[in-house]
Amino acid sequence: MLKLEPRPEPSRVAGWLSPLLAAAATVVVGFILFTILGKDPWLAFHAFFIKPLATQYGVGELLLKATPLMLIAVGLAAGYRANVWNIGAEGQLTMGAIFGGGIALYFQESASPLLLPAMLLAGVAGGMLWAAIPAFLRTRFNANEILTSLMLVYVATLTLSLLVHGAWRDPEGFNFPQSRMFGDAALLPILVPETRLNVGLPLALAVVAMAWLFMRRSLAGFQMRVAGLAPAAAIYAGISSRRTIWLGMLIGGACAGLAGIGEVAGPLGQLLPSASPGYGFAAIIVAFVGRLHPPGIVLASLLMSLLYLGGESAQVNLALPSAVTGLFQGTLLFFLLAADVFIHYSLRVARVPVRSTRLPGLR
Amino acid sequence: MIPAGMTDTASSATPRLRLSGITKAYPSVVANQGIDLAVLPGEIHAVLGENGAGKSTLMKIIYGVVQADEGTIFWEGREVAIASPADARRLGIGMVFQHFSLFETLTVGENIALALEADRAGAELPARIREVSTRYGLPLDPLRPVYSLSAGERQRVEIVRCLLQDPRLLIMDEPTSVLTPQAVDKLFETLRQLATEGCSILYISHKLDEIRSLCHKATVLRTGQVTGECDPRGETSSSLARMMIGSDLPHARHRDAHVGEPTLVVRNLTLPAEDPFGTSLKEIDLCVRAGEIVGIAGVSGNGQNELMAALSGERTLQDSHTVTILGTAAGRLDAAQRRAMGLAFVPEDRLGRGAVPEMSLADNALLTAHRKGMVRHGFIREGVTRHYAAATIAAFGIKASGADAVAQSLSGGNLQKFIVGREMRQRPKVLIAAQPTWGVDVGAAAQIRQALLDLRDSGVAILVVSEELDELFEICDGLAVIARGRLSEVKRLRETSVEEIGMLMSGALVQAAGC
Repeated sequence: MLKLEPRPEPSRVAGWLSPLLAAAATVVVGFILFTILGKDPWLAFHAFFIKPLATQYGVGELLLKATPLMLIAVGLAAGYRANVWNIGAEGQLTMGAIFGGGIALYFQESASPLLLPAMLLAGVAGGMLWAAIPAFLRTRFNANEILTSLMLVYVATLTLSLLVHGAWRDPEGFNFPQSRMFGDAALLPILVPETRLNVGLPLALAVVAMAWLFMRRSLAGFQMRVAGLAPAAAIYAGISSRRTIWLGMLIGGACAGLAGIGEVAGPLGQLLPSASPGYGFAAIIVAFVGRLHPPGIVLASLLMSLLYLGGESAQVNLALPSAVTGLFQGTLLFFLLAADVFIHYSLRVARVPVRSTRLPGLR
Repeated sequence: MIPAGMTDTASSATPRLRLSGITKAYPSVVANQGIDLAVLPGEIHAVLGENGAGKSTLMKIIYGVVQADEGTIFWEGREVAIASPADARRLGIGMVFQHFSLFETLTVGENIALALEADRAGAELPARIREVSTRYGLPLDPLRPVYSLSAGERQRVEIVRCLLQDPRLLIMDEPTSVLTPQAVDKLFETLRQLATEGCSILYISHKLDEIRSLCHKATVLRTGQVTGECDPRGETSSSLARMMIGSDLPHARHRDAHVGEPTLVVRNLTLPAEDPFGTSLKEIDLCVRAGEIVGIAGVSGNGQNELMAALSGERTLQDSHTVTILGTAAGRLDAAQRRAMGLAFVPEDRLGRGAVPEMSLADNALLTAHRKGMVRHGFIREGVTRHYAAATIAAFGIKASGADAVAQSLSGGNLQKFIVGREMRQRPKVLIAAQPTWGVDVGAAAQIRQALLDLRDSGVAILVVSEELDELFEICDGLAVIARGRLSEVKRLRETSVEEIGMLMSGALVQAAGC
């Protein structure tokens, strides 16, 4: 009989080994999966993990997609560590896109160097505003932020849709639901020529570093971690739960809003009915695969981005149905999260207790 | 039923229970090592030892909750395997746990029926409960809901529940920790009657005088091994203590108090309970002066937790003037603001409240001591934090690998010492300590009491809440009793007695004003 026993202390070795274990398990499952589908598993693995990285453009795309993921995930992680469950990053991202994009459209003709910073700040403000609603509802009425933040996603995406179908629709756009293209001064400068990679990446990395500094080294970050680990200890030490909730929501909203304006001022260059292919939700997985640790989140966002690109590549090169690529991606993420159980538990072969069937003293 | 009339020492008889070479190891500690133990029919057998000596593990093995790695259990001379508590009950072993396992919303009868096998839980059960409970002097009404019972009455439910199964061995785990002195006397009468009828009793405790007055035999455990056997009736408390801890009991030096200004004052504090089974506080008045220790005695669950939360600021109050700290109205201030005024607090729960289990001792020092220069411009000064933790470890002789040790890796007693030390070393003006020595071994408890006295002598106002009357009588200058949410007036120690405090604990109160 196999038994999971809690370890006296979390194992560092298992912390490093568990991603490898997950990778091995994924390879095994993938091997079976692709063989059953009649594809050469090695070709499939190649399409998933090697081909997207074979060109400079591909690497640029990898980093481009990883940028919003790491940005949002690191903001969400700050809240998750404090038991503040912001599920609505997609909505906060959308609001960031609307606020920042609105500035770009209003100052369509401007060439001012202040335009881009203003857009970024407006994006942050939009995300924070959208996150402030669940924070207010939670602190004032004790409304569950999981539900309220999630529901606000739909409000935000419908608002964006309303704008690009109506007031902000490009008059010369043949009635397509999209805004005018932004002016050059409203676009993030390209970092590497011949790719779409822009200065959003160093910006995101700087935010990750700041978040790491905040959570690890500041008293406020420490107190948020206490609130997440031991709520009774937080009350005992006089850590305000209202402040924890506000901080947790606003940090997540600010990062998501920044990611949102980064998308429309970056690869999109205009407002479309949707500002992201679900980065706000994928970032939740990224945050947990990265174990809510900023450096881990950077690695997890690269992996997630690779899975996005690899999925497309596998669909194009091997004619795999998109459901199968989704299944394979899910398998990897599932194993990654599941293998982390060995950090806190060790596997033991337990002796089955011998049950005496003839008990004396039976009355 | 057990044949009545057996004498208490049938030395030639086969032992009711015999353990041979019982060993149990956990990943980090060997809890029991080669333990031999024999309990005769009708014998009250004490298992004596400090916290962590392995008493609880041994009882769990006998009751089938855990299985021994090695060793044999003989029941009335025959080798048995006890794989579960159900097996143990079938053999005739009953256990009364230290912490009650009763459903608050169900009645006494329903709670008892739940533990019995189906054929015994019939319609005649209420009558049987009444019969058994009156026969052993444990009056119980089967129709009363459990939430309305006192701790002593709840324990009766647990005991009667065991007795209905006709036990031939009854295990009592620290049964007196929740009882008033008068209730302890009643319990002892019941246990003696049971023993006279032939039931064997394993009595676990660290209270030496109880064991001397009740038990026929004592087995002493230290660090998982049997270190001695004796007839406790022929021993003194200090000789028993020497067997238990391996050295003499340290005694606290108690100098005369130099009492100063009223420092912590509570006026007419009335506070409804937050949860349905909590206790509402009613018209509480209390005054603690600088340089004195005031104790609050009482059976747990009589409003201690609610009073602590109201004083520490974990629960803020409507009226600012109900709690005054150093002359400033503090009722509406939260815990952080009260700490900034010079309040320190040792809570009853160590893990999860007094300390964050997953965090290091350095981080746990930061938790409440961050005002002591540990933060600059909002950022943590790790050197200062680690130094504070290391100094606390050294000053209190805490067994820990260092400032980086995770709080949950410490034993309960060592973590308690760390929390007490962390709070004391903040140089508070007021210290509130709830159960400061709960679960701490005898040596460490003496050390904590001495530290409290030293702090008092340096002019700190100290409020101690404890269930251990001996402890309160040892260190306090004044003593009040809390019962059903009301607090008695503070009695000067030399003007009161254990008997009077015991009376007050059972709820016979004289209400009087504070300062």
